Amino acid sequence: MNPPTTATLSIPIAWQFQPGVPDAQPALGVAGEGRIASEAPIHEPRAATRNACKVCAPLGACVVFSGIENCVPFLHGSQGCATYIRRYLISHFREPVDIASSSFSEEDTVFGGARNLRLGLANVAGQYTPQAIGVATTCLAETIGEDVPRILAEHGAANSGGPELVPVSTPAYAGTHVDGFHRTVRRVVEHFATPTPPHAGINLLPGFVSPEDLRHLKELVAAFGLPCTLLPDYSDTLDGASWPEYQRVQPGGTPTRAIRRMSGARATLELGHTLLGSGADTAGRWLHQTHQVPRMPLALPIGLRETDAFMAALGELAESGCPDDIQRERGRLVDAMVDGHKYVFGKRAALFGDPDLVIGLCSFLDEIGVRPVLCASGTRQAAFEPAIREVLDHSEADDLQILTGADHARISEVAREVRPDLIFSSSKGYPLARELEVPLIRVGFPVHDRIGGQRLLHVGYRGAQRFFDLIVNTILERRQDRSETGYSYL
Amino acid sequence: MSDTPRNPVPDPAVVREEMLKAYPAKTRKKREKQIVLNDPDAPPQIGANTRTIPGIITQRGCTYAGCRGVVIGPIYDIVHITHGPVGCGYYSWLTRRNLARPEEGQTNFMQYCMNTDMQEDEIIFGGEKKLAAAIREAYALFKPKAISIYATCPIGLIGDDIHTVARQAKEELGINVFAFSCEGYKGVSQSAGHHIANNGVFKNIVGLDDTPDSGEYRINILGEYNIGGDAFEIEELLRKCGITCTATLSGNVSYDQIARCHTADLNCVMCHRSINYMAEMMETKYGIPWIKVNFIGAESTAKSLRKIAAYFGDKALIDRVERVIAQEMLALKATVEEVRPRCEGKLAALFVGGSRAHHYQDLFKELGMQIVSAGYEFAHRDDYEGRDVLPTIKVDADSRNIEELDVEADPQRFKARRSPEQLEALQAGGFTFSDYEGMMREMDRRALVIDDISHHEMDQLIALYRPSIVCCGIKEKYIVEKMGVPCKQLHSYDYGGPYAVFTGAANFYREIDRMVNTRVWSMIMPPWQKQPELGARPVFTPKPRRSREEASPATRGRAVRPVPTETATTN
Ligand code: SF4
Ligand code: SF4
Repeated sequence: MNPPTTATLSIPIAWQFQPGVPDAQPALGVAGEGRIASEAPIHEPRAATRNACKVCAPLGACVVFSGIENCVPFLHGSQGCATYIRRYLISHFREPVDIASSSFSEEDTVFGGARNLRLGLANVAGQYTPQAIGVATTCLAETIGEDVPRILAEHGAANSGGPELVPVSTPAYAGTHVDGFHRTVRRVVEHFATPTPPHAGINLLPGFVSPEDLRHLKELVAAFGLPCTLLPDYSDTLDGASWPEYQRVQPGGTPTRAIRRMSGARATLELGHTLLGSGADTAGRWLHQTHQVPRMPLALPIGLRETDAFMAALGELAESGCPDDIQRERGRLVDAMVDGHKYVFGKRAALFGDPDLVIGLCSFLDEIGVRPVLCASGTRQAAFEPAIREVLDHSEADDLQILTGADHARISEVAREVRPDLIFSSSKGYPLARELEVPLIRVGFPVHDRIGGQRLLHVGYRGAQRFFDLIVNTILERRQDRSETGYSYL
Repeated sequence: MSDTPRNPVPDPAVVREEMLKAYPAKTRKKREKQIVLNDPDAPPQIGANTRTIPGIITQRGCTYAGCRGVVIGPIYDIVHITHGPVGCGYYSWLTRRNLARPEEGQTNFMQYCMNTDMQEDEIIFGGEKKLAAAIREAYALFKPKAISIYATCPIGLIGDDIHTVARQAKEELGINVFAFSCEGYKGVSQSAGHHIANNGVFKNIVGLDDTPDSGEYRINILGEYNIGGDAFEIEELLRKCGITCTATLSGNVSYDQIARCHTADLNCVMCHRSINYMAEMMETKYGIPWIKVNFIGAESTAKSLRKIAAYFGDKALIDRVERVIAQEMLALKATVEEVRPRCEGKLAALFVGGSRAHHYQDLFKELGMQIVSAGYEFAHRDDYEGRDVLPTIKVDADSRNIEELDVEADPQRFKARRSPEQLEALQAGGFTFSDYEGMMREMDRRALVIDDISHHEMDQLIALYRPSIVCCGIKEKYIVEKMGVPCKQLHSYDYGGPYAVFTGAANFYREIDRMVNTRVWSMIMPPWQKQPELGARPVFTPKPRRSREEASPATRGRAVRPVPTETATTN
């Protein structure tokens, strides 16, 4: 049999600028190597995004809708967007992801897609009997200026007893998947929440984290005895078991009846450093303004300090101390940090991905003595840089570079200058890690070159513990593999 | 599966009715035409290449995906720029597994994804300036031989004139710059994008360099995309036979190879759906005849090689091809003999692409497996029923959208590759040119042929047939596997392959053996749910474990599939 072909793949190497190479130099690189020379550096702003570090807004909307019980995501536009987004989500979650589409034809772009939308809704309702259909717009529908809320309202009125129809506007030219995610959470809450007498439950809005993160967050809240509505909750729908029987829609998700009652909750915990500022138009804010639900904005509980803050908030709400089990978990984490400090201290890290994830990891790395030297996000956010500086208590490197709205090409250019020892990113960081010959620790989304992206645990003491062990062991493995003796006590 | 008693294969007519009866009248009427019982002697007419009904979750992608993703993406030394908002470009960034081994001195740009990442202002005021700037940046960065631009849906709507921008850039930069109006909504599926791509490649690249390759027996392979390294295997096999492959469209191929591919003497078409336009246009303009080949499956590969050799009609070539076939078949024999007894008699179904659902049937047949159902995602009637139905295919509004190039014989470069006498002799010997018989003529009588299968139909199919394996794409993979049936992806090959020619066939046999005989499905039900006598409340009472040695050899390595309706009785 022939040797596996993958070994003969030409090596992907990220963008390589060589500023100042004169014109006469051959522009092409070495065969198979993909190194690119350029006559001059190109100055910002660039017209082209080169290997983007962000995805489009409807993807975020689809993730949120997938986390609502018996809800089918629906994209209003041409079918390709739905197909691409399904394909992309599936490659990360390795689970079925159903997204319907109104499948525009050229004619519909001229006369509007209302007819397609109505037909599509009827077909989804017939096939899946969902409780809700979440309709997000693609760039095409937005460019045409489709009035989706009106079409849905009319369709809903004409089909009483049918599924709830939830519109959200998600033009990708005005926001990334992260924006699409938060906007959809807000729209869902606005749609369902109705005046409710106050109750003892809390609302937890976690942001775009992994199904494993969602499970752990629920566990933590439950440990404090707090009834909780987690929105969205795709811990089962995007990481489910094998089915003994056929299911129309993956079981799980936040029940809509629970979302209705979010307006009577004791408080809303809204996670994400970038949502802290006054500008963000979030679901938590809406619940506060409209239903006077107190909003407790917190960073994502990544690392020790942010998890402490999260636990303190839960303790305050539950009017109880932190349960013993969790305290012991915290204790083990600190103990491990002592044990492993000598291996990680002073290591330089590059981190890139979704803003809140990067901010959270940055805070954690700061705690364990790793120095972030490059923090970047593809989503452009003014709050990003100040947040990074704020969480870097101890280890702000002199040569720290912070990029927002960056693409992988830009990130790679800067990474070549700052020479990190470790990279934290999605699978998209692999070419850079390979080029710089440093380990890549995969975090966030998308992870499509390893199994278990949906089970990465980022949050809580437990998440920090897993990351800490992973970081230390990654460093040790490198060292051991490269040592001449192969010493096995480290 | 072999140790689970299998009901007799259900009547396909009953399965069909089960699929259709859930639909409202209008949808049913449309789907009825797209689900037919096969007759290999006189394939019944099938509804194909019609719009997917909104709200029916489909396997299909968009025109842009077919153009940029499928046909042009694999040309490794072109810089591709997607003009549009960020998503469309991002999603087509290395998502197809077409591999490349660039020639000496060439650069591979496939790992780059350039995008104009249109923002709101540009959507309102137009994005031509941004596109022009992006082209200049791409040129400054890479100095490529060619830059290719793709329009996504919003671009078509705001009316950016990408072709003028491309023309101006071409003049300004002195390299080849061309654009494709392949907005996603243009067609009913990726198929429209294939056509648009064929037109563009034909107009803008083919014929730019008249230098022929130096080798003997020069052919092009059309419609082979080098997923998982298939094209590498094909090239290697051809090399063994002494046949020169000028270009593979489009897999492991450079811009220069395509520029001179009109100098070859025969076009061999793998995926008829995506590239028949190119084959036809090259024949009209340059006089290169085309034949249908299939390098998937050992028998088909042998047949295809013999056909190529017969075309050139050279005794030395014919003998050499026979020697290679004999050698390769011999090498394959042990694998088939080992694997076949474990696979024989099992059922398979394939729903993929515009040719793979046909081609891959051969590999299953070589393992003695039965194809109960198959269908394409985006093929047309001729891919099902054969090219003889072409004159009877109705041209609808969607197909009319796609430009048909007016191609004429090139006054200087047209050259009939075979004399009328040679052609006559070949045809007398049963040789057919420009012919594709379609999938249905090679399928069993009353096998179920389903075009653009929907989720609901897939569910019914699995529930009623309980096939041992289903082949489709990543979007269906996990739903099929949730239902306890292994699913082989035939787009990305589950990151495996190659599966082409003899060497690839061995890989595929082993892969199918592994998949249909895995034990994992027997583990879905916990032991306490397998015993109905335990009562309504599931109690965790694991059975005492038998050691590996004790396990009966007869059951080892076999899958015991849960039968949902029976096991559901516990609670
Ligand atoms: S916008 Fe159009 S081109 Fe882009 S993915 Fe969607 S359907 Fe395809
Ligand atoms: S058109 Fe917009 S929504 Fe569709 S894939 Fe492209 S960026 Fe995403």
